[in-house]
Amino acid sequence: MSGVGPAAKPAIAHGMRLQWEPAQSAHVLLYPEGMVQLNESAGAIMSRCDGVRTVADIVADLERTYSLSDLSADVSAFVELALERRWLELRE
Amino acid sequence: MSAPAQVAQTVGPPMWLLAELTYRCPLHCVFCSNPTEFAATGAELATEDWLRVLREARALGAVQLGLSGGEPLARDDLEPIVAEAHALGYYINLITSGVGMTEERIRALKSAGLDHIQLSFQDSSRELNDFLSSTRTFELKSRVAALIRKYDYPMVLNVVLHRLNIDHVDEILAMAERIGADYVELANTQYYGWAWLNRDHLLPTRAQLERAEAATQRVRARLGAKMQIFFVVPDYFETRPKPCMNGLGSVFLTLTPDGTALPCHAARMLPGFTFPNVRDSDVRSIWYESEAFNHFRGDSWMKEPCRSCPEKTKDHGGCRCQAFLLTGDAANADPVCDLSPHHHLVTEAVARAEHAAAAGNGGNGLPTVAPGAGSTRPRELVFRDHRISIAVEHGGVRRALSET
Repeated sequence: MSGVGPAAKPAIAHGMRLQWEPAQSAHVLLYPEGMVQLNESAGAIMSRCDGVRTVADIVADLERTYSLSDLSADVSAFVELALERRWLELRE
Repeated sequence: MSAPAQVAQTVGPPMWLLAELTYRCPLHCVFCSNPTEFAATGAELATEDWLRVLREARALGAVQLGLSGGEPLARDDLEPIVAEAHALGYYINLITSGVGMTEERIRALKSAGLDHIQLSFQDSSRELNDFLSSTRTFELKSRVAALIRKYDYPMVLNVVLHRLNIDHVDEILAMAERIGADYVELANTQYYGWAWLNRDHLLPTRAQLERAEAATQRVRARLGAKMQIFFVVPDYFETRPKPCMNGLGSVFLTLTPDGTALPCHAARMLPGFTFPNVRDSDVRSIWYESEAFNHFRGDSWMKEPCRSCPEKTKDHGGCRCQAFLLTGDAANADPVCDLSPHHHLVTEAVARAEHAAAAGNGGNGLPTVAPGAGSTRPRELVFRDHRISIAVEHGGVRRALSET
C-alpha cells in the first residue's frame, strides 16, 4: 500500500459510510456494528475522497480552504493508512 | 448517586440503539440470549411507536441501530421502520436468522436503506445447525447468504460457539469463505437467558477453546484482510471481566419488543428496578433521568474489591447481570475476576465442563460430541420455546421439562 501518488483517486471503501455527526461534532465512519470517530484533519481529508478528485486535487483544496501549504506528504500518509485499514479504496 | 442534572453533564449520548422488535422467532436455539420469561412480555410496540422512538434516540445522537429480536423479519413493518431509520441517518444493521427473508423483501430493504445484514448459522453442518435450532433451516440460510451477496450488502456471519460446535471452527470458517462473508463473528456463548439454563452442557473445555483459537489464527494468517474474523472469548476462562456494555448507561440502549428500555439486553433480570417504558417517557428522560439508567453509572454503586481497584475504570466491575446470576447481588464484582471472592463459582463451572468432557469419552480429552454422534448428545438441553417460557415465568422450568 505504499506510495500513493498524486493522481490516485481515493473513495470511501465499499460498505463504509462517512457522515457528520452533530452530537459528536465530528465526522464518523460507519460500518457493520462499528464506528470510528475521525479527528478534524482526518474528517477534512476523508470528506473529500469521492473517487473523482485526485490526491493532488484534495491537497490543493485543503491548502486553499485552510490557508496552509505543503500538505502533500501528510495527506498521502493518511490516505495510505486509511487504505490499509480499508476505510478508503482507490478508483480508476 | 449524582443528581440527574449533574449526571446529564458527564453522560454521553446513547450511540447504539438495539431495537428488539419482537421476541417471536421460528428458531429454538439452546443458547438464545432472550430472557427465558419472554412469553410474559407485553404487547409489541406499534409501527408509529418505533418511528417516534427512532426519532427521539437519533436526536440524542444514536447512530448505530441494531434491528434484532427474536427474528426481526417476523415484523411485517420492518421495511417502513428501516426507511424511517435511514432517513434519520442511522447506520442500520439487521440481525437475523434469515428465516422470513425472500428476494422481494431483501430488495425492498435495500431500497429502504438497510446498510448491513448479520446472518446467523448454528454450525457448518446441516445436521448440527438444525439440531441446535430445532428447525430445518440450514439450506434456507445458505440461500439467504447468496441473496445478501447478490444485493451487495456487507455480510457478517455470526456463529455462536459452545462445546457442541467449537471443534468445527475450521469448517465454519471455510463455509464463511465459501459464501463470501466480509466479517465472521465467532461468538463464544455468553451465559444469560436460555444459554444460562444450558450452561453446563454448553461450556467448552479449555483444550477445545485453545484449539479453536489456534484454528482461527491459521485462517487469519492465510486470508489476511480479505475476511475479518472476530473471536469473542468466553469470559469464564478469563481472570478479568469484560467491560460489559462499556459500563451500563454509557453508550448502549436496548428497547425490548414491549417498549421497555434497558441499559443492556439482559438487564431486565436485575432486581430492584422499574425499567422505564417508551410508551410512558421519552428517550431523553429515560436515558438521562431514570434511576434504572443512572444507578450503575460511575462507581458509587461498587462494593469491594471493585471500589478500590485501579482497574475499575477499565472494566467497570464487569457484567452486572453475571454478578447477579452467579452471586445473587448485582453490585458484586463479576465473578469472572479472580479478585472476586466468588471466582470459584466460575472455576467450578469450568471444572464441571472438563469433567463432563472427560467422562463422555473415556477421559482422553476429546470433545464429548462429534458431528453426527447424535446418541451422545446431552439429554437435558432446554430449547427456547414458548411453552417452556410460560413455565419459567411460573418458576417451574424443570417441572415443565419433566412433563414434556
